[in-house]
Amino acid sequence: MQAVKWAFEDFVEGASIDLGARHVTAREIIEFASEFDPQPMHLDEAAGKASILGGLSASGWHTCAMFMRLLCDGILLDSTSQGAPGIDYARWKKPVLAGDDLTATVRVLATRISRSRPSLGLVTMHSEMQNQHGESVFEVENTIMFLSREAGAGA
Amino acid sequence: MTLDEFFAVGKTVELGSHTFDAKAIKAFARKYDPQPFHVDEQVAAGSVFKKLCASGWHTTAVWMKLNIATDMAASDTDWDGPGPRPVFGPSPGLRNLKWLKPVYAGETVSYRRTVLSHRALSKRPGWCILSIRGEASDSTGDKVLEFDSGVMVQVA
Repeated sequence: MQAVKWAFEDFVEGASIDLGARHVTAREIIEFASEFDPQPMHLDEAAGKASILGGLSASGWHTCAMFMRLLCDGILLDSTSQGAPGIDYARWKKPVLAGDDLTATVRVLATRISRSRPSLGLVTMHSEMQNQHGESVFEVENTIMFLSREAGAGA
Repeated sequence: MTLDEFFAVGKTVELGSHTFDAKAIKAFARKYDPQPFHVDEQVAAGSVFKKLCASGWHTTAVWMKLNIATDMAASDTDWDGPGPRPVFGPSPGLRNLKWLKPVYAGETVSYRRTVLSHRALSKRPGWCILSIRGEASDSTGDKVLEFDSGVMVQVA
């Protein structure tokens, strides 16, 4: 197997990792909401403007999914990731609106080797997405499992 | 009618079930979570999960789909408490989300919702926040998903 960029050893406590950017389109907001969260403010510009969210806004679950894609492209698809058991918390801090340009950053909070399985490491991350105005719109904290570089190379 | 009755605090509501077929698992994952075990059966066979399984964000999104389809106002009689009928608003977030077991292609998952409590928002007069637990189980009865979320409600 070709060596991947991100194994457990590559995550250093305190480090920040840039995950790149994503443009949010009205079409995508409506497409996601039609399937999973068909509330008026996620489906229609006028209804969004009339709502507390102030415009056609992405479902919070869509925001999670968009963050996940940035995390995949920025780290997971070129890593020894073994998945994540869950999310400590996620906050939908401000509406994500059609036309927004989101950027995501991960900060490594803690790393530790699994007691039961020394070839596996646990990386706790605090991640954030900002919009084009520099406002923090989404925050999430969770722990992802990564194989060590040696175990990953043998996988 | 009290707000407790209106929100049916403590009562677990069945939201229905959803079958995750391979095609839908891959379609969601290609857009939002293209890790090999969510998009390719062959690669999934050699992965930590052993079989094609749904993105955790796909299984949670389906909770929302079924949640929206089942009215948050629990009672079939209309609001007759003091003030206007409560209006449901946005959610500030979620916590303690656990993907307890993979949801494999072909699996049928049953979803539930429980309103745990409500409290007034001191910073936003006229609004309260509901604390909600979402859960899901697979066809063997094993829990595959749980989380706590909040929903803001305008009550005055």
